[in-house]
Amino acid sequence: MTPEPGRDTVRWIDERAGASPALKAALRYVFPEHWSFMLGEIALYAFLVLVGTGTFLAFFFESSTAETTYHGSYAPLAGERMSLAYASTLRLSQDVPGGLLLRQTHHWAALVFIAAIVAHLLRVFFTAAFRKPRDITWAVGVTLLMLAVLEGFAGYSMPDDLLSGMGLAIAYGVAMSLPVVGGNAAFLIWGGEYPGTHDFTTRLLTLHVFILPAAIGLLIAVHLAAVIRTHHTQFRGPGHTERNVVGTPTWPAYALRSLGLLSATAAVLFLLGGLVQINPIWQWGPYEPYLATNGAQPDWFLGWLIGGLRLMPPLEIHFWGLTWVPNPFWGGAAFPLVVFGVLYAIPWLDRRLTRDWARHELLDRRLTRDWARHELLDRPRDNPQRTALGMAFFA
Amino acid sequence: MSPWHVIVAAVLLALRGGRRGPEPEEPVDPRERRVPYSSRAQLLVAVLLVLAGLAGLGFSAIYLVHPGHETQWLGLALGGAFALLAAALIVAGKAVVPQEVAVETRSQLVHEQAEQEVPQLVAEGGEGLTRRRLIAGAAGVAGIGVGAALVTPAASLGPNVGERIDAIPWRRGVRVVDERGRAILADDVPPGTFVTGFPEGASLRDLASPIVIVRLPPSTIHLPEGRSQEEWAPEGLLAYSKICTHAGCAIALYRYPSFRATQQRPALVCPCHYSTFDPARGADVIFGPAGRPLPQLPLQIDPATRELRANGGYSASIGPSWLNANRGGA
Amino acid sequence: MRRVALLLALALIAPGVALAAQPDGRALFQGSCSSCHGLAGRGVRSRGPSLERAGAQAADFYLRTGRMPLANPDDPPVRSHPAFTDAQISALTAYVASLGTGPPIPRVDPTSGDLAAGRRAFTDHCAGCHQVVARGGIVTGAIAPPLQQATPREVAEAVRIGPYLMPRFTRRQIDDGTLNDIVRYVQWTKHPDDRGGWSIGNIGPIPEGMVAWFVGLLALLLVIRLIGERSPR
Repeated sequence: MTPEPGRDTVRWIDERAGASPALKAALRYVFPEHWSFMLGEIALYAFLVLVGTGTFLAFFFESSTAETTYHGSYAPLAGERMSLAYASTLRLSQDVPGGLLLRQTHHWAALVFIAAIVAHLLRVFFTAAFRKPRDITWAVGVTLLMLAVLEGFAGYSMPDDLLSGMGLAIAYGVAMSLPVVGGNAAFLIWGGEYPGTHDFTTRLLTLHVFILPAAIGLLIAVHLAAVIRTHHTQFRGPGHTERNVVGTPTWPAYALRSLGLLSATAAVLFLLGGLVQINPIWQWGPYEPYLATNGAQPDWFLGWLIGGLRLMPPLEIHFWGLTWVPNPFWGGAAFPLVVFGVLYAIPWLDRRLTRDWARHELLDRRLTRDWARHELLDRPRDNPQRTALGMAFFA
Repeated sequence: MSPWHVIVAAVLLALRGGRRGPEPEEPVDPRERRVPYSSRAQLLVAVLLVLAGLAGLGFSAIYLVHPGHETQWLGLALGGAFALLAAALIVAGKAVVPQEVAVETRSQLVHEQAEQEVPQLVAEGGEGLTRRRLIAGAAGVAGIGVGAALVTPAASLGPNVGERIDAIPWRRGVRVVDERGRAILADDVPPGTFVTGFPEGASLRDLASPIVIVRLPPSTIHLPEGRSQEEWAPEGLLAYSKICTHAGCAIALYRYPSFRATQQRPALVCPCHYSTFDPARGADVIFGPAGRPLPQLPLQIDPATRELRANGGYSASIGPSWLNANRGGA
Repeated sequence: MRRVALLLALALIAPGVALAAQPDGRALFQGSCSSCHGLAGRGVRSRGPSLERAGAQAADFYLRTGRMPLANPDDPPVRSHPAFTDAQISALTAYVASLGTGPPIPRVDPTSGDLAAGRRAFTDHCAGCHQVVARGGIVTGAIAPPLQQATPREVAEAVRIGPYLMPRFTRRQIDDGTLNDIVRYVQWTKHPDDRGGWSIGNIGPIPEGMVAWFVGLLALLLVIRLIGERSPR
């Protein structure tokens, strides 16, 4: 046989893994071409940037609240007492070459990651792509959103600066507010009364660097596997049926375009990371429980919760000398539980309301073009989030 | 279903009525394959790739030279490199390689045969299991026991149950000091100012430590039942926990009118969710979401030195509420 | 002869002109302030407080920052263009000082202040209302203004007076050295260390979220519009 490097390589793989049919299927997998189908990819690629930049940061961050005195180059903090967590983040931002770029890129990537998830969720929702057989995919996606929000909060709380420290205090207040079990739950998480055990920052680190990224990575894999198994949906169009997919095969065009999107995502994030300042912890200063600043806000993806916490009237349920429902529960726990509960229930609610239990592969374009009509259906579901987002922005 | 649901479903059904079910097979075959054969596009891709490489080298150069405060240049270089790479890939993906519209048939998800066989296979595996109830019960015991064992180590995260913190650092006679440990005197707190105090010798980080001290005209003070001004507010000096009873932020805002006739009354305010407390009325909540007033710390003034000291413990539990929080009889 | 007469006339008029150029603090007060603060500065019920203990310190602050005169006693006094010239302000300040026993204009020397101590003191006492880099903030029912326009003297005056709804800080709590530190820090906040790039207001996550959506995600939306198709094919 004449040597053919391409075929010989594939044979080498086949002899060990029998993978050539899978490779062929992968190369010929058809992607629908509508631009709105690429929102999920933006989220995926932002996640890759997060992992890459985060790995770098993990080499420099010291997750201890043990105190040190600052002797670095930043004059307004000269001689200041601060935790190692704060000091190491300062050093990373000011003395490590490229440190500030990677730290800011990491934080921008987190904000864009969750924004892309939300945009992707909205697209899937308004085109009703969550219908059977993709209701499991939807559930995995909603879980990913929840984990991403938690991961983001843990991430920006690690440097122990004034802004994020205030946020952690509020998280403690919300944990305490869980009816009956709140006190024990909060003490378990913090290892005692707030500000908690001296290595609380290590708990945040374990959550943020090990547990949550592993969970998110795993669920992304499950999500993608589900997408591939059920195949993408598609809009209606010439030649589009409920039994086929019309679009571009992976190789070569779609792969190149998608890699281009990966590159573009990295580009946007690194440009933001270098050009637009985010979370300048040296300006906020180190955290102490008896200090506060005006204008403290959580990152945008938790803005809906601060809105909920602020707008709730001063209602606490207490009788027989016990406080059964402290106030932060309503805005800080019940509200997000309801919103996520509704999100999870959407495929089921949709089936019940439209009395449509069939499998769907074609997207209902009416839902995307006819805004008035889907507002009728969706106002009860969308209301919590839209109202909350509005509240958050007002707050 | 409420009338609302009926209307909505009816509207939807009316809209979708004619569109239920799969589309009839269209005679159009959308497949096509077009090769651009563009020399210019390939040249463009090449140029973009080279520029991307140069930008990447630029990034490394700036990094190594380290001129100081170079974050913006590093970002431009690296971001620029990725942007150029992205442009190259997109041009290649849209104008160089073959552009194809393909059709793929969806796989059948339902497999009638296997759906019958799977439960049968599972059931066959249970042949010989005659004492099912016994085994099931025993399995339940194992599940609970081993499952509990897997979860129990999480308890190590928290403090020992017996260590629950009820001790607070304030007791009768403890001196009020500032952040640096210097005593706070009654005359350090004239009307209009607010001072943060701590118990002498205690950790500043303990949530029960920080208090806010203000002075108001005694005639304007109305404390709750059981708190006399002599014991709780000598000379009109009032002390409250600095930790908000809503969610635990520090109460760092004090609103004090310079002319009461046209301006709002004095108030302690929390910057997180704007719980607003009236110090003249036992830190009652006058605005915002806090569910109970700030705990008050009674004060005494040392007759010899005029130093401020605590005259007892707080009137209620400090910080955010929980099940057993002492609400102070309010 | 005619020249001598002209010179004589000028000489007679000159003192009068000079006197007229010297603002009359009392007259200014009667005209612009007494309707709320009373003819002798004793205050008018429900309109304006007594100025007996205001002193040059308060008068200088309120007049230079344009917070006074206030059109309506129920309005919040906000920074605006001063209603009087420097000379008029000096005259008014001297008059108000003469009404009682108020404090003089404080001396302040930011160059002798320590920046780190100032940051610490500002965070302790001021950041709760004015925000940690003095960008201003909100209190229930009022606004704490940003401080980038405040001069060192104005900062020192405000700390000691506690104008409008602001609390006041005496030397027992913030001594003159610490006040210099705070003033030095406030000056620094005009140009904080923004080594991370465009500061988008130095107020934290809200503008950051807007940039993430309206710059970051928007840019990527444009990219995918470029890559993908618009109408389904």
